[in-house]
Amino acid sequence: MAPQKKWSLVAIAVAALVAGLILLRHGGGRVARPLATKGSLAPDFTLPQLDGRELHLSSYRGKIVLLDFWATWCVPCREEIPHFVELENKYGKDGLEIVGVSMDDGPEPVRTFYQQFHMNYPVVMGNANLGEQYGGVLGLPIAFLLDREGRISAKHIGATKPETIEKEATALLESR
Amino acid sequence: MKPVGNFVRAGLMVLALLCGGIGIAAGQATSIPSSRLIGPEDLVRVLQRQAVEKPLVLQVGSHVLYSQAHIPGSEYIGSAASQSGLDQLRKRVEKLPRTKFIVLYCGCCPWTHCPNVKPADDALAAMGFQNVKVLYLANNFGADWVEKGYPTAKGD
Repeated sequence: MAPQKKWSLVAIAVAALVAGLILLRHGGGRVARPLATKGSLAPDFTLPQLDGRELHLSSYRGKIVLLDFWATWCVPCREEIPHFVELENKYGKDGLEIVGVSMDDGPEPVRTFYQQFHMNYPVVMGNANLGEQYGGVLGLPIAFLLDREGRISAKHIGATKPETIEKEATALLESR
Repeated sequence: MKPVGNFVRAGLMVLALLCGGIGIAAGQATSIPSSRLIGPEDLVRVLQRQAVEKPLVLQVGSHVLYSQAHIPGSEYIGSAASQSGLDQLRKRVEKLPRTKFIVLYCGCCPWTHCPNVKPADDALAAMGFQNVKVLYLANNFGADWVEKGYPTAKGD
């Protein structure tokens, strides 16, 4: 093969690869959503908390976990937080752990909110990648209740009655 | 107390409650007139139509949500509930003709609780834009757009 033709083929192949990668990232196709459904294992993550310490979700195995995706600008989320604070107070000693995942664009408003609302459970800063792992967090709030093995026992999209979550959490706490 | 006095007092209370309600609603998406709304299906139709001027589609919500999924071709502006988001929105459109077809959307929360679309719509109206539509997403972008199978892109 003539060197000129060979280099042309290489250039075409590289261009096709780059175009493919761009399409994959920005393309107009539908977004593939991995499943984070009832019964499946909650995707593990390690993320920094507001105080800088890392939180590993897997370290909560053996506990019942309420994983709450929220944001400071989300009105229904704000309304739920005091109820979660109360739940932590009421059932924390029995093995209920609440973990907040903030989907704010930065930690500053979250730190302020945390103080104002006297939050008593850890909050990590979420990101788009984590949202995708959990099936797409494309509207808030979304709460997952995890059993002692880290499996998703319930998923609530949108504001949920506090008594519903309390009932589900206590049922899990009682199942040994 | 005279019955007439009680009646007047009750009337004033109702009026005060109504005024309070209107005041609260003024900052909410629910106070956007239906004539300024566009539904997901209609927007998809507009975006897919050939040989028509495509609207400028602007996302005025959260970046984390935009990165996960957004309308192909739409641009991220930022939360219009914040001053920086509003500034960014004004900057993006300031040089455009006031007849430009612009679609605003967010979908961060249920429509009744969205803090972003109303301030964005108000800002464009104040700048004199006459052809603005706000995408009506009853629940959120995930439920009313992605789950419906409408075209979606991801990334920054």
